[in-house]
Amino acid sequence: MSGEWETVIGLEIHAQLATRSKIFSGSATAYGAEPNTQADLVDLGYPGVLPVLNAEAVRMAVKFGLAVGSSITRRSVFARKNYFYPDLPKGYQISQYELPIVAGGSLDVMLEDGSIKTIGITRAHLEEDAGKSQHEGVGVSAIDLNRAGTPLVEIVSEPDMRSAKEAVAYMKKIHTLVRYLGICDGNMQEGSFRCDANVSVRRKGAEKFGTRAELKNLNSFRYVEKAINLEVARQIDILESGGKVVQETRLYDADKDETRSMRSKEEANDYRYFPDPDLLPVVIEESFIEQVRASLPELPDQKALRFQQQHGLSAYDAGVLTASAEMAAFYESVVALVPSDPKLVANTVMGDFSASLNKDNLDIASSRVSAAQLGVLVSRIVDNTISGKIAKEVFEAMWTEGLDADAVIESRGLRQITDCGAIEAVIDAIMAANPKQLADYRSGKDKLFGFFVGQAMKATDGKANPALLNDLLKTKLAP
Amino acid sequence: MTADATLASLSTGLRERRYSSVELTQAALARIARTQPELNTLITVTGEAALASAAAADRQLAAGTAGPLTGVPMIHKDIFCTTGVLTTCGSRMLSNFVSPYDAHIVTRLKDAGMVMLGKANMDEFAMGSSNETSYFGPVKNPWDTSRVPGGSSGGSAAAVAARLAPLATASDTGGSIRQPAALCGVTGIKPTYGRVSRYGMIAFASSLDQAGVITVSAEDAALTLQAMAGFDPRDSTSVDVPVPDYAAELQQPLAGLRIGVLREFFGEGLQPAIEGPVREALATWQRLGATVIEVSLPSLPLSVATYYVVAPAEASSNLARFDGVRFGHRCDKPRDLMDLYKRSRAEGFGAEVKRRIITGTYVLSAGYFDAYYLKAQRVRALITADFKRAFAEVDVLVGPTTPTTAFGLGDKTSDPITMYLNDIYTIGANMAGLPAMSIPCGLADGLPVGVQLIGPHFAEGRLLAAAHAFQRETDWHLRTPAGVSADFAAGETR
Repeated sequence: MSGEWETVIGLEIHAQLATRSKIFSGSATAYGAEPNTQADLVDLGYPGVLPVLNAEAVRMAVKFGLAVGSSITRRSVFARKNYFYPDLPKGYQISQYELPIVAGGSLDVMLEDGSIKTIGITRAHLEEDAGKSQHEGVGVSAIDLNRAGTPLVEIVSEPDMRSAKEAVAYMKKIHTLVRYLGICDGNMQEGSFRCDANVSVRRKGAEKFGTRAELKNLNSFRYVEKAINLEVARQIDILESGGKVVQETRLYDADKDETRSMRSKEEANDYRYFPDPDLLPVVIEESFIEQVRASLPELPDQKALRFQQQHGLSAYDAGVLTASAEMAAFYESVVALVPSDPKLVANTVMGDFSASLNKDNLDIASSRVSAAQLGVLVSRIVDNTISGKIAKEVFEAMWTEGLDADAVIESRGLRQITDCGAIEAVIDAIMAANPKQLADYRSGKDKLFGFFVGQAMKATDGKANPALLNDLLKTKLAP
Repeated sequence: MTADATLASLSTGLRERRYSSVELTQAALARIARTQPELNTLITVTGEAALASAAAADRQLAAGTAGPLTGVPMIHKDIFCTTGVLTTCGSRMLSNFVSPYDAHIVTRLKDAGMVMLGKANMDEFAMGSSNETSYFGPVKNPWDTSRVPGGSSGGSAAAVAARLAPLATASDTGGSIRQPAALCGVTGIKPTYGRVSRYGMIAFASSLDQAGVITVSAEDAALTLQAMAGFDPRDSTSVDVPVPDYAAELQQPLAGLRIGVLREFFGEGLQPAIEGPVREALATWQRLGATVIEVSLPSLPLSVATYYVVAPAEASSNLARFDGVRFGHRCDKPRDLMDLYKRSRAEGFGAEVKRRIITGTYVLSAGYFDAYYLKAQRVRALITADFKRAFAEVDVLVGPTTPTTAFGLGDKTSDPITMYLNDIYTIGANMAGLPAMSIPCGLADGLPVGVQLIGPHFAEGRLLAAAHAFQRETDWHLRTPAGVSADFAAGETR
């Protein structure tokens, strides 16, 4: 039955901007300080204090807007969103409402089947984060205002995604982008990058959207996928049993793996937005936009295209290698050392290297093998010192023992045998020892070729140069 | 003219060592002690600290490092945050609030060497025109203690009228400097919006609030404004325009000054006893070389209605921070969060403040926002445009400051609308962010009458010059209520 339903998803992603100080005060934004030690009088909402906009936050938002092809609003306005909550000291959040700094834009996302889907970006606006409430047992809540006033850019997508997987792919792409731009550290555990998902379902082919539920505060890609799938199933259940979905805000509970209602539309606050009279409109000059545009780094899609065109990589490989700026930079450093075979470099970086990072839960900055070291290893494959198969063993030793490729090759005697005479001698011995197989091969059992290759490799501890061995075997075995 | 009747003369007297700052301060404190039970002008008196800063000022005077304001006693309206001193804003909500920091103008005047005597009483959160909404009780008008001093800066105006100090800071959102200045027979200036930083001034309606000063004379206002004005990066609405030398601008000749008389200010509702002195003031300026033209600002009559949408809207949001959590009044034994919010605010705020929070919340709410808030913003733009047109023809606009002289305590407390109409002539300048002054121009039945001057943005110097020229010709500003000596130096200790 559920095949008749179509899922519609829009995301509101909150990315914490990587400014040193807060959006409207001079307090530091660093994560992990003692509670309430990074909140000054402005963050505490003391009587008489006033907000002053951090220009760096504006620059970062403009950077994002330019990266997704948005038009930058020349005169954007901060507004107050009024509601009472203990972690909101002023009783209002300074945000942008009718005139956000970034309007429109889009992002191309690669789906699992390798196809590209363009997701529309409605807007992105600047706002301040609230503090954190920690509910510590019955009747006790602790408030930490260190986060209050941290700059956020809220990126609102069009309802363009049709599955949880698409939503995750889009969120990952935004995650990649903000880190490329250096405007957000992307740390999801610390809450620097999180999202709310608007989810609804409708009959396939229907034009009108179904009633949506908003899933709050999803702070990992896995949770986004799980929460959306749970919510889709819940809504389909309701509709198929003749019920109606109510518009509401729901919270995903990772421990219980369920979504539950936080508040309905009727209970929703009337936020009474109005322009904040303490802040002037943000006026952005063309020259500023051009200055920011000039400072943009090569973006993931541009880089991936270049890897395809210049290095001959597949779209998939280029996509994987550009998923983070660090990975792309590492790959390029290795390619610089082995310019003749980018494909081999790509395979090594995406293969053994990435697998080892994942296994040891390390990021590139703390990798046990440097780009220079990996470059030497790949060079040794290219110059026929070792085979690709032996390279795996060498890499393993480099990773675990911190050695250079050449040192491993020499100390373990892994250098390939490229001496025709030596290989021929090995082949002769194998032919002599296996007359039946030889006869069978010569009578047409081509498959036995692999048997001889295996025997020869075994006899040389895998060090025979594979191409050379192939050639010699073909000649010698020929009837 | 009495020797030491103004800040300017005290400044000279201190330099000439005719008296010390400590002596002046002692005299002022003695006057405060004597008048406080009856007038209730101050919420907090900081006698010890005042004497200590007076002693420090005397050392500066002796060392020859003193500025023009060094050692002169003054009073801050209790809307300005003062480090280590109770800052109540006239409210029970902040009746226990000791500020951890100084407002911008507090720093400026402290740096100028002024001696703070205490904090002036005011309408609660500056919401009121009679000083009767103060949690700390009403202030009495020194000219007639059965009457109000005006508001919201009633304590500041009454303190200067009673000559407790030659100046008191004040704030003006819809007339809160000019109206009490008029009703108390003193000089008050509301500078251009953005001319003086709002940092540390507890917000009522942020787009209208402006800090200013109440003094005896325009010359004193110029001296004080010189120290208060200027760009402050901590206030985003502060304007980075150079501050002129106001003392020099005072001397601008009046010849050729084009004065516009606001037709809308001389209609129904204006007491004849006010109109007479205001017309005489116009005649005085004409004698001094100014030309007088009648002008009309057709949108101006809409300003009171507009104000009572815009100001409460902003106030409803500005006052949300008073939630009993981090500072200020907290109800006893809250049961839960909502109870804490509701009871702390119900107990902490007075009736007028609640009325405005409710009005403001209403006009901003879904379904009403366009009809009220947005429409009010459009009318505000019309009023601003009217002023702009007028200033293409004239240099200064002149009219009465208030429709009546000081009214009796309790006369208007039961009818908010009548009370609101007190600010009918003053609100326009706030709507357009214009500088405006009120100076004494006569007495009606023994009560002061004020004439108002409104100028284009940043034309404070022009207003001060016109006021100064008038005050050289007349002595209304030097008149004091019965029993009040105009001589600041003639303290009880001398």
